[in-house]
Amino acid sequence: MNPATAGAHMREDLVVGESAPRDVVPHRFRHLLGIEPLTAEQIQFLLDQSKPFQEIQRHPLKKLATLRGKSVALAFFEPSTRTRISFATAASRLGADAMNLQAEASSLKKGESLLDTVHTLDAMKPDCIVMRHNSSGAADFVARHLEIPVINAGDGTHEHPSQALLDALTIRDRIDKIEGLNVTILGDIQHSRVARSNIHLLGKFGCNFTLCGPAMWLPRELEQIGPPGCTIRRTSRIDEAMEGADAVIVLRVQQERMNEPALPMGEYILLYQLTEERLRRARPGALVLHPGPMIRGLEIDPAVADGPQSCVLEQVTNGVAVRMMLLYLMVGTPADAAPGADATAESK
Amino acid sequence: MRVVEKSQLMSATEIDRTLQRVAHEIVEKSGGSLNLALIGIRRRGVPLAQRIAQAMREIDRVEVPVGTLDITLYRDDLSKVAAQPVLQSSDIAFSVDDKDLILVDDVLYTGRTVRAAMNGLFDLGRPRTVRLCVLIDRGHREMPIEASFVGRMVQTSDNEIIEVRLREVDQEERVMLVERVE
Repeated sequence: MNPATAGAHMREDLVVGESAPRDVVPHRFRHLLGIEPLTAEQIQFLLDQSKPFQEIQRHPLKKLATLRGKSVALAFFEPSTRTRISFATAASRLGADAMNLQAEASSLKKGESLLDTVHTLDAMKPDCIVMRHNSSGAADFVARHLEIPVINAGDGTHEHPSQALLDALTIRDRIDKIEGLNVTILGDIQHSRVARSNIHLLGKFGCNFTLCGPAMWLPRELEQIGPPGCTIRRTSRIDEAMEGADAVIVLRVQQERMNEPALPMGEYILLYQLTEERLRRARPGALVLHPGPMIRGLEIDPAVADGPQSCVLEQVTNGVAVRMMLLYLMVGTPADAAPGADATAESK
Repeated sequence: MRVVEKSQLMSATEIDRTLQRVAHEIVEKSGGSLNLALIGIRRRGVPLAQRIAQAMREIDRVEVPVGTLDITLYRDDLSKVAAQPVLQSSDIAFSVDDKDLILVDDVLYTGRTVRAAMNGLFDLGRPRTVRLCVLIDRGHREMPIEASFVGRMVQTSDNEIIEVRLREVDQEERVMLVERVE
């Protein structure tokens, strides 16, 4: 930047671009720990800022140098393939290096505490840490002890914010809005951080939820987890849950949970598998989302998974775009930079 | 720090006349409009590119495709900015392969924006040629970059700022020379 023009971009009227809505308010984020504390306006900003990164997924050359020289620590204390690869791809496409820590290979098994592990990682000077942990609140805990930005890639049964953002982006791309939709979430809601983050996000836009699954996974408390004003109803009857749905989020059935208490897989398939016939009860063209990994023939009928209403692969592509957006926003500019400036005013 | 307006460099009529002349130059030097495409650099390069394309349409009766490019992700100074830029979409709906591209921007100064724009373009394909068209060239280059089509050359000092204001973006139409005062 040339100091001679440093004044020009500070002016308020330079903040808004011609294609951006007039009231676009830029935001800065130090961490992304969950969706719950965000405002609808902040979420809208995050979704809008993902768009340029969606375009990059369509370029013949997808590699940028925007974060060249930066490194992103991927600390996954719980097995994950797709979220980790998605963040690693996002880092790589921005030109950053990824430092990988995997639970299997880590010192955790040797008894090191979480805090010691992340302090060790932090001492290797990453610019950001992306973490997944099986304890709810783990990312929040780490964020309170480190100076660098922390992105929560899933903590226990609490939140998985990047998943909710990519789901919202996928829905918005397909039907042009996320406001006031009827959203059905199918499966093990009680243990699902994906469900929670989605309810927090879409609930802020006036969506109403129907949660459906075996009664043991649908405790009454779930009705209270949404933001004020959003209605959440529970049902164990899938036909009822599908009525009027604009979007259906199918959760993976965690087979390890099938034993507590025992639920025969055959019975789950019979009662809760999303089939074409059941999907027909939803609104015409209702979207089908799945956070993956998807088990065909268990929670979802292959015909639905591969059908025109399925957004599963768009979710994966959008996942990389959303994670690029998050890394860019949190690592791309100095932590003390003010939000918002004209893209090109400074250094013509 | 304050900025004070020193003088008006161009009126709305002068901007219009200059763009007409530039459009004629582009058509003349390109031997027609075949394979040409304009790429406006966000933000003020975008309306300028659209206006030049409109003028070329009137001269040559040929539709010149216009794309828009946001260079934020290609900037070399992101690690130093005082304010985080808001990303805008790029929209180039045609293949740039083998095209004769003309980048359009309002002001040419250090050349860093154009450097960034070329990086962005080459991620999209391999254009046959890339030329540059600017409304104002104010000197003080920090890169080996020159414009093929220049609306007006303006001698400036380092503490001066050229503000191009276009009705599509700024609801007024003129070019101002402003100065930073401590």
